[in-house]
Amino acid sequence: MWSASGRRLRASSANPRADQVKPPPFDYAKPASLSEALELLASDDDAKILAGGQSFVPVLNFRLASPSLLIDINGLAELGRISLVDGGLRLGAIVRYRDLEDSELVAAENPLLAHALHHIAHYQIRNRGTVGGSSSHADPSAEFPAVSALCGAEYVLQSIRGSRVLPADEFFLGALTTALEADEILTEIRFPPWPRDRRWAFEEIAPRLGDFAILGAAVLLDPGETRILVFGAGDRASRLPRAEAALRGRTLDKAAILEAAKLASEEIEPQGDIHATAEYRKAMAEVLVERCLERASGVKVVA
Amino acid sequence: MTPRTVKLRVNGEAREGQAEPRLLLADFLRHELHLTGTHVGCEHGVCGACTVIVDGRAMRSCLMFAVQAEGTEITTVEGLGTPENLSPLQDAFHRHHALQCGFCTAGILTTMTALLKEEPDPTPDRVREVLSGNLCRCTGYIPIVDAVLDAAEKIRAAKA
Ligand SMILES: Cc1cc2nc3c(=O)[nH]c(=O)nc-3n(C[C@H](O)[C@H](O)[C@H](O)COP(=O)(O)OP(=O)(O)OC[C@H]3O[C@@H](n4cnc5c(N)ncnc54)[C@H](O)[C@@H]3O)c2cc1C
Ligand code: FES
Ligand code: FES
Repeated sequence: MWSASGRRLRASSANPRADQVKPPPFDYAKPASLSEALELLASDDDAKILAGGQSFVPVLNFRLASPSLLIDINGLAELGRISLVDGGLRLGAIVRYRDLEDSELVAAENPLLAHALHHIAHYQIRNRGTVGGSSSHADPSAEFPAVSALCGAEYVLQSIRGSRVLPADEFFLGALTTALEADEILTEIRFPPWPRDRRWAFEEIAPRLGDFAILGAAVLLDPGETRILVFGAGDRASRLPRAEAALRGRTLDKAAILEAAKLASEEIEPQGDIHATAEYRKAMAEVLVERCLERASGVKVVA
Repeated sequence: MTPRTVKLRVNGEAREGQAEPRLLLADFLRHELHLTGTHVGCEHGVCGACTVIVDGRAMRSCLMFAVQAEGTEITTVEGLGTPENLSPLQDAFHRHHALQCGFCTAGILTTMTALLKEEPDPTPDRVREVLSGNLCRCTGYIPIVDAVLDAAEKIRAAKA
C-alpha cells in the first residue's frame, strides 16, 4: 500500500514484517533421518522437499507454489555420499555440484559429468544446488539430467510404501515433470560403469558460461555403439534414435558425421522462446552434434 | 507461522533473532540483525548482490531461509574489513575503481573473498568464470577482474 506522498506504508499493524517476506507462509521441519523425512512427507499432501533451494526458493519467492510444510533434507548425511558400487558411480540426492567438482572419484569415473559441471549455473549456485534437486526439478535445459539420461543412469525413489528404481528415461516425463509421487523422495542416482575405452564430447550454447543452455548436445562413442543426445530442445533431454541408427555398423568418417548431424536437426522438435527461435535451435543442433562427433572421434570435418 | 529463534555466528559474533520459516536469510540479516551491507536485487538467485559466506562457502542469501542458517557461521561484507582497515580485496577495489554505485559490490567482495581462500592463485579466466554469478551494471567488469588478481597477488606476497 502506498501513501499519497509515494512512501510505502506498512501493510498492517497485525504483522509488522508482512512487507518484508516474499514467499507464502509455510511450516518448516528439518528431519534427522530419511525415515523421519518420509513419514513427514506421507503425512501431509501439501508438504514439499527442500534441497539446495536454488530452484525452489525462486518458485516460492514468486509465489508460484504454496506448500504447507517444507521438509529440509540438507541434514540427511545418508543422502550426501559419493561412492563407487560394482564399478558404477552412485550419487546421494543431496550431493552438491560443488562436491562433484571437488571429487577425484567423479573425475575418474565419469569425465563427461565432471566436464558438464562447469556449465551448470554459477559458483555460488553450485555451492548449494544438489543433483537430486536438479533431477526432481527436471528443467529441460539442465545439464545433470541430460548427462544422466545419456549415460543410462538409474533413479532410486523411496517412500514409506517402499522403494523403486527407474531408468532415467522413465524418471523424466516432461518439462518440470518426473515420475516422483507426492510421497516419494529421490534418494540416489546410480550411473553404470564408465567403459575405459569410451570417448565422449559435450557442447552447449548459452549466453554466458553458467547460464541455462539455449541448446546442448553430448555424445558417447563406445565400440559398436554411438549415443547422441540433445537437451534444451524439447520437454526433456533425449537421445536421437534416427541419428544414432545412421551410424550403426558404420565407420565414423566425415560423410557419416554430416549425415548424423543433419538427421539430428531433423529429428528434434524444439520450441521457440524469448532466448531463441525453433529454427535457430534446429540449426544449432546440427552444428553441435557435428562438433561433438568430430571431437569425440578425432575425425576432421571442418578443415 | 510463529517465529522461531535463530542462533548463529555472524562476522565472528554470536547473534540471534526471530524468524518465521519463510523469512529469507537476506531479509533476516538486513531487518532483524540490521546488517544492511548485504544487498537484495532480484531475489531469485540471478544477480548475486545478496551473496554471503556460509560456513566458508559463498551462497545466495535470497535462496536460503533464515531458519536454515541455525548454527552456521556467516560472513557478510561488514565482516571483511573496516573503513579504517580495509581488507586487501577491498583496498584493491578502491585502487582499481572496481565499483561505481556499489550496489553489486558486497556480493562480489564476499564471493571473491571465499574464492581467494580456496584458490589463492586463480587465473584471469577463472576469476571471470566465478564473476559470472554477479551482475554489475556500472563497471564493465574489467576493473573488478584486475582488482581481484591484484588482491590475490598481495595476499600471496603477505603470506610468503
Ligand atoms: C541463477 C541460476 C542459474 C542456474 N543455472 C543453471 C544451469 O545453467 N543449469 C542447471 O542445470 N541448473 C541451473 N540452475 C538450477 C540449479 O541447478 C538448481 O540447484 C537445481 O535445479 C535444483 O537443485 P536444488 O538442490 O537447489 O533443489 P531445490 O530448489 O531445493 O528443489 C527443486 C525441486 O525439487 C524437489 N526436490 C529436491 N530434492 C528432492 C528429492 N531428493 N526428492 C524429491 N524431490 C526433491 C523440490 O521439492 C523442488 O520441487 C540455476 C539456478 C540459478 C538460481
Ligand atoms: S538478490 Fe539474491 S541473487 Fe539477486
Ligand atoms: S558498481 Fe553499480 S552495479 Fe556494480
